[in-house]
Amino acid sequence: MPEAPLAAAAPVAAPPQTRQERPSPLVLLGLCWVALMLLVAVFGDFLQPFPYTQMDLRNRLSPPVGFGGTWLHPLGTDELGRDVLSRLIASVRTSLVIAFGATVVGAVLGTTLGFLAAHFRGIVEQAVLALVDFSASIPFLILALAVLAFFGNSMGLFVLLLGLHAWERYARIARGLAISASAQGYAGAVRQLGASPWRVYGRHILPNIASTLIVSMTLAFPEVILLESGLSFLGLGVQPPDTSLGNMVGYGREYLTRAPWILLAPACVIVLTTLSVSLIGDWLRDRLDPTLR
Amino acid sequence: MLRFAASRLARAALTLAMVVTFAFLVLIASGDPADIIMGSDAPPEAVEAFRQAWGLDRPIWEQWLGYFGAVLTGDLGRSMRDGRPALDLVLERVPQTLAITLPALAIKLGLGIPAGVYAALHRNSFADRAVMALAVAGFTIPSFVLGLLLVLVFAVQLGWLPSGGDGTWRHAVLPVVTLGIGGAAVLARFTRSAMLEVLGQPYIRTASAKGVPWRLVVSRHALPNAAIPTVTIVGFMVGTLIAGAVVVESVFSWPGVGRLLVTAVANRDLAVVQCVLLLVAATMVMANLVVDLLYGLLDPRLRGAPRGAAGG
Repeated sequence: MPEAPLAAAAPVAAPPQTRQERPSPLVLLGLCWVALMLLVAVFGDFLQPFPYTQMDLRNRLSPPVGFGGTWLHPLGTDELGRDVLSRLIASVRTSLVIAFGATVVGAVLGTTLGFLAAHFRGIVEQAVLALVDFSASIPFLILALAVLAFFGNSMGLFVLLLGLHAWERYARIARGLAISASAQGYAGAVRQLGASPWRVYGRHILPNIASTLIVSMTLAFPEVILLESGLSFLGLGVQPPDTSLGNMVGYGREYLTRAPWILLAPACVIVLTTLSVSLIGDWLRDRLDPTLR
Repeated sequence: MLRFAASRLARAALTLAMVVTFAFLVLIASGDPADIIMGSDAPPEAVEAFRQAWGLDRPIWEQWLGYFGAVLTGDLGRSMRDGRPALDLVLERVPQTLAITLPALAIKLGLGIPAGVYAALHRNSFADRAVMALAVAGFTIPSFVLGLLLVLVFAVQLGWLPSGGDGTWRHAVLPVVTLGIGGAAVLARFTRSAMLEVLGQPYIRTASAKGVPWRLVVSRHALPNAAIPTVTIVGFMVGTLIAGAVVVESVFSWPGVGRLLVTAVANRDLAVVQCVLLLVAATMVMANLVVDLLYGLLDPRLRGAPRGAAGG
């Protein structure tokens, strides 16, 4: 068994369980879907049959193929005759870029603060913990809405704002793991050899806790997608002419009775993407992270 | 226990103070009200007079104290749209929001906890897999998609229920179901893993090895211990009773606090936004406080433990 060392590292008292060594078919499907989405995001410009803002007024509200539509617009068109497939491709790119950006911002910020708390202890640690309490005291959606109300909206601010989501989770994990790592031999040893704190945390502790952090990022990623699409759905996230998945759903809602495909296509993509990433995240957690089981 | 309660109370007060400070800082950072209200071409003397009249020329910390005092006396400013006190505007929407979030909470608890416990007790059975599949679906389908799908089926196709608005109990059905299903799925998943964690503990094996009937092992030993982590998430759900329906209220045009907030954000009606923010934070902090105190009651080990050891 190639995965034996990890399994053996689990505490002896843990109940015997059927640990999955290979990804199940569902996880494989999830991986395929995420790969497809990544390809779409990267090569979106070449894949779009039409520019996503181009109108085709003679083919307004044309249904998708299979429901009376033509191959000219495989997923149909909206009320301005804009190609739903092209808009979907552009939306996938926007939503994924925002979600990636925000997840990375959150992880870097949270991990840094967690390390600072673990390194300095005392008042710094108390301040970080107080901030953690603060962000746990308000549902993130409300906080985000408040910030958007006061500062207005721009793409950069929006990504930073979503990055604040879940920062406290990384901070808590990084602090806890860094404290326990400092108590272990290796961190003390490199410190004794004269390594700077930067080196100790960056080169020695970070690689040791990276798997836990990566698992948290995978689990936070779908939440960020849901937040982004929720805010955009409310009309407070990504603003036209840019388009995102939530934006498309919010927009298509007005044509729910006449042209449900405008809304169903992005809704399916949101659900499949969050589902796939969650499945992969759960699988990774079972595989990589002995501390969470 | 008293010391435990006092320290938790102090922490709750501190958190609330931080929220008020946050609201104040955001207000300061969002721009000088004198410039915004007077316009950029107002004569400098008029702007200066305005700043003096509203205390904007005083040092920041004095303004902060003044703001604190205003919040404590319930003076949260007036809505820029209709000039009424923001607090009144928000408070009159609260019953409408509770009218859908309370029944939804009942659904979450009534479906989620039993489903989670059942799944854990019958691990790897068909029922377990079904519960888990539903739970994952409940987590990954955003509430606005679920809501719109329900509208498509029950309002558009079948015509059984209205698609939005308020008035009769029939209008509340779809919002309540939308909120309840998603929450129940999350709670079931959480309860299941809490229960599995407990069932793997040595004291469960000890209890059943010494001949205690399985039914009693579950009810006396497993359930109370699994209740401890579950209380956290239930507390969180209670804390979001007021704010948890922002998206769903917007989907169904339900006139609650959430929809008020979305409109206020779109119109940049800052007083109303601030008021909702403070109200929501106050509810969350209260709910967290109750959860912390319940923790102390449920688990004597935590009474003396410093914050952080318990997770949080």
